[in-house]
Amino acid sequence: MSASFAQQLIDGMAALTLLISFALLAQHRMLSVLHWFAAQGLLLSATAALVGYSSGEHELYVSALMTFVLKGLLMPWMLWRVIRKLHVHREVEPLMNSGVTIIIAVAVTLFSFHIMQPIEVTSDLMTRNSMAIAMACVLLSMLMMITRKKAITQVIGFLAVENSLFFAAIGATNGMPLVVEIGIAFDVLIAALIFGLFFFQIRNTFDSMEIDTMNASLIHKDDDE
Amino acid sequence: MNFFVATLLTPLIGGLILGMVRPPRLAARINVLVSSLTFTFSLFLAFEVLGKNSITAMGSWFYLDAYNVFLVALTAFVGMTTTIFSKPYMQHELEIGRVNERRLRLYHSMYQLFQFGMLLGFTTNNIGVLWVSLELATLATVLLVSLYRTPASIAAAWKYFILCGMGIALALFGTVLVFFTSSVVLGHGNEALTWSLLYSHASELDPAVMSIAFCFLMVGYGTKVGLVPMHAWLPDAHGEGPTPVSAVLSGLLLNLALYALVRFKMIVDGSTNTDMAGHIMMGFGMVSLLVAAMSLNKQTDIKRMFSFSSIEHMALMTFAFGIGTPLAAFAALLHMTVHSLVKSGIFFTVGHAAQMMGTQKMAEIRGLIFHHPGVGWGLLIGTAAITGFPPFGVFMSEFLLFTATLEAYPWLSVLLLLGLLIAMAGLFRFVQPMVYGDPSPQAKKVHINMVPIYIHFGLALLLGLTIPEFLAHWYHQAAALITRGAV
Repeated sequence: MSASFAQQLIDGMAALTLLISFALLAQHRMLSVLHWFAAQGLLLSATAALVGYSSGEHELYVSALMTFVLKGLLMPWMLWRVIRKLHVHREVEPLMNSGVTIIIAVAVTLFSFHIMQPIEVTSDLMTRNSMAIAMACVLLSMLMMITRKKAITQVIGFLAVENSLFFAAIGATNGMPLVVEIGIAFDVLIAALIFGLFFFQIRNTFDSMEIDTMNASLIHKDDDE
Repeated sequence: MNFFVATLLTPLIGGLILGMVRPPRLAARINVLVSSLTFTFSLFLAFEVLGKNSITAMGSWFYLDAYNVFLVALTAFVGMTTTIFSKPYMQHELEIGRVNERRLRLYHSMYQLFQFGMLLGFTTNNIGVLWVSLELATLATVLLVSLYRTPASIAAAWKYFILCGMGIALALFGTVLVFFTSSVVLGHGNEALTWSLLYSHASELDPAVMSIAFCFLMVGYGTKVGLVPMHAWLPDAHGEGPTPVSAVLSGLLLNLALYALVRFKMIVDGSTNTDMAGHIMMGFGMVSLLVAAMSLNKQTDIKRMFSFSSIEHMALMTFAFGIGTPLAAFAALLHMTVHSLVKSGIFFTVGHAAQMMGTQKMAEIRGLIFHHPGVGWGLLIGTAAITGFPPFGVFMSEFLLFTATLEAYPWLSVLLLLGLLIAMAGLFRFVQPMVYGDPSPQAKKVHINMVPIYIHFGLALLLGLTIPEFLAHWYHQAAALITRGAV
């Protein structure tokens, strides 16, 4: 595999990552959202392995393996179990005006490319593009969190943000140092566990997974929001 | 070196042990013991660093200078007094059935883990590990905020988790951007994330990338500092969690986030050679100050009101660090110290008052001074101290900040004064009737430990009257360190 071919492959994967972020935004079936999230994790791990191969940074293979296990298998599986246990796996989530959401998403993507424009091209153009794509993915995942009204899809949005950040680290900088990478993965894993705990607490306390129901318990305390 | 390892490991080991200790009284005693040990070690560490200006530990993984070692000592100190306060407080919560023994075990264990995250964040030299430890401290406190398992506390913890998770994700993106440019200069490895190296090579970093990175870091860590408009989580988390948790959130966790932000500002300043970072911080600080001062006037819950006061004071510090003159940095560091002391002292008092009255609603808390003179006076003195009355330390730091503003940006001093006045008026409007009003019949007798409150307010008073020479020297060193990169 020649270097330029590998670069092109990575470029293609970056484009796919962006596409998945759009897909996550537009899905309204709980299970489809989960599938796309798992696909994003698998794609990330493949990207990490490929970047590791083409750049010769062997630490990235460890990251790739970690991502594969954690984000490609373990987390989607945990979420799937939670969804099954809470009996919401068939649920369809009505989206806020999805046409407008997609238009905002496109604007956000353009904005990200615009922001990254002043960065001087020191190595090659590829890196700047991946940085822009990573930023777009972060913002799109946040948009997903804003437009969703259920606790579970909000968490998937949160984890998608983490995925995008990981993509930023491998796509633009050939991966952060391994110690930091492991620390981050550890934190995300704990966060996912706490989220899992919360789902059941929310279900038991509120009898619903809607964010609005939860916030209602706070609103009477506060007149200024 | 050895003191450093001891300071860092004591809370971690303590947290693990406390995870296994079942009897609540014993666990509370161990909690106090562990925190006192941590504080003792941190004092030795502080004097070691003071003699040498700066030390690195374990290769270059940890770095201690005047700026962070004083925050380590402050964190360990407030951590210790909070455990002393928490002992009777949590015992009472257990008696009235708001927590059970299992959750109390979680509380003690997570409290120490939080301390570990804080100390790791302050001492690490690696900006990646700094992020990891701040996230660790956040995760530990999320479980503490939802400790009572009431609908409101779960909703508050969820909000805290999601908003801070978001914020901190943006901060990580900023960190990746810094690594993006520093890996070109310092090589693709841990060196490129090592703060002390970044600081000395700041001028070689790409200013365009660093500017973009700072925007992300500002919004990211700014969320944790509680700056407007990312502050929505803060009043809920403070209001719904147990009071010792509110005390350490306000007094300590917000400091760590601001500390991280200032560390990055020092690098960004060296790279861009402009006031960009400082101006952004001043803008966020000023807006937060005014919004917090006004929101404070609309509160009905006593803990929420004082949490808005925390936003106000963090905003003052952010503003002061933004000005970037040595005097302003000195004021900010002093303010950080006295705010931590006074605000956690106030939360101790408020915690006792709320337990006595059985409510956090200000309209139902009346005549504290008749029920328990100590608590009544405590609340009054604490409020006087936090609103900046002489002779307390907050007056000193706010006066210095005001002078620094007059020197650098005279027209902003009007807004600064306005914010401070509105906040003062608001706090006293609510506190007066709570302290002096007709005693309400519903008051209960609870076990109250006034010692931590006396210590906190006493130290704040001392810092207002005279700053010990070694401390002043320390602040000067830290202020010089922070502003050296500035234009």
